[in-house]
Amino acid sequence: MAKYLLLKHYRGAPAPLHNVPMDQWTTDEFDTHVRFMRDFAKKLEDTGEFVDAQALSPDGVWVRGDGEGKPPVTDGPFAETKDLAAGWMVIDVDSYDRAIELAGELSAAPGAGGKPIYEWLEVRPFMEAPPAFTD
Amino acid sequence: MDEVELRALVPQVLGVLVRRGADFATAEDAVQQALIRATASWAQTPPADPKGWLITVAWRAFIDLARSDASRRDREDEFGSTPPLGAVPDADDTLRLYFLCSHPALSPSSAVALTLRAVGGLTTTQIAQAYLVPEPTMAQRISRAKRAVADAGVGPSGDARTVMRVLYLVFNEGHSGEIDLAAEAIRLTRQLASVIDEPEVDGLLALMLLHHARRRSRTNSDGSIVPLAEQDRDVWDTELIAEGVAIVQQALRRDRLGEYQAQAAIAALHADAHRFDETDWPQIVEWYDELLAITDTPVVRLNRAVAVGEARGADAGLAALAEVDETVPRRDAVAAYLHEKRGQLELASRLYVDAARNAPNMAERNHHTHQAARLNEVLRAKAVDDAAGE
Repeated sequence: MAKYLLLKHYRGAPAPLHNVPMDQWTTDEFDTHVRFMRDFAKKLEDTGEFVDAQALSPDGVWVRGDGEGKPPVTDGPFAETKDLAAGWMVIDVDSYDRAIELAGELSAAPGAGGKPIYEWLEVRPFMEAPPAFTD
Repeated sequence: MDEVELRALVPQVLGVLVRRGADFATAEDAVQQALIRATASWAQTPPADPKGWLITVAWRAFIDLARSDASRRDREDEFGSTPPLGAVPDADDTLRLYFLCSHPALSPSSAVALTLRAVGGLTTTQIAQAYLVPEPTMAQRISRAKRAVADAGVGPSGDARTVMRVLYLVFNEGHSGEIDLAAEAIRLTRQLASVIDEPEVDGLLALMLLHHARRRSRTNSDGSIVPLAEQDRDVWDTELIAEGVAIVQQALRRDRLGEYQAQAAIAALHADAHRFDETDWPQIVEWYDELLAITDTPVVRLNRAVAVGEARGADAGLAALAEVDETVPRRDAVAAYLHEKRGQLELASRLYVDAARNAPNMAERNHHTHQAARLNEVLRAKAVDDAAGE
């Protein structure tokens, strides 16, 4: 088993095939989309492959320390040009191929006109635990 | 009776229920219920016959589950309350369960989860924690596995080979958590070895014991990797090593060599060396040749190249490495090690950086980065010396 992160971006990813901003969708289309996402997570729980799903607010800042006794320095909000992660799903699957298959399904979430968005998702393997057999 | 002794009774109890005609999935739930009740009540009032107690309580739980199930389906309960015990020995029940839980219809992860629960007696919570997934996910994985086994019907179930594969995975994935999966894998393999006559199962058990015995020396307390040459051999568990060596020797005498026996033989040779430079590398290479003849995989070739490098020098090791698929994980790390032995420090450092970038886990990534940094320190000091000498 291996865990993978399916990472969704607000911006920074290549444009989706079916690229209509969400606020231009009908409310029905939007509700259908949200239901799809919920059902997708539920389906993965039923198949025993779901680990986690979270959404991130687009608001955020850069932070760094600035020396002892001084408050941390912040910079932001993020520049419009920066990659911006929107959220993720973590899955625990038997193979890389399965991770790709599921990412493909998730990418096809319905959008405007009920048509699949086909957005780009980033698929990243987790670091594993070190193996016990080493010789 | 501690928790592990209690769980050791699980396959026998479940076996009895199934033999009495209970369906596997419901019987397995019933045994889990009985385990929970045992944990709750045995501390106060331990039974004289723990196994009998578990069978009685699990059978009652099964009847209740089957009745409610039957009433849901609006049909009569088809089970009597105390059918006679058949005359089948426990060993057969236990073995049948192992085979069922590694049914070929199951994916590896499902077979692992089902084995840990139905044979190992672990709770879903414990298994979920061990594999770092939410409990509902693990519950679904297990119940789907049970359904898949039921749907597959009485056709061919797993065999010793599929069971060994599952137990190997449990041992190798050793996540940290409340449950020591490596110890659990050893317990289950030991139990399997006691009910089946198969040298490869003994080989697998020996392999696990010989690795487990050296476990504490392989990492520092902070989890960082200690290379074989630097491991503190005084902390090796000599009892486990003696047991592992005896088991693999006995298995090898039967002259039915397989991959687990060959791997155990290699592990035994490592365990046999009191110091790194006492390691019998030529014999280890011979065993890798045997292993290669049984299973020619890139990983075996890679490990063989390491052994060749120790036995016959870095050039021979690099020649062996040239035969290894470029894409196999950890190849860069082996190349780095061999090139350093040849004194090619800059190349070795670059290879360690590559190895770190492709490392499958943090401990290895940190280890390779540390090696690259160490070599770069040496190179910088050398540059300073060279400049001073001019």
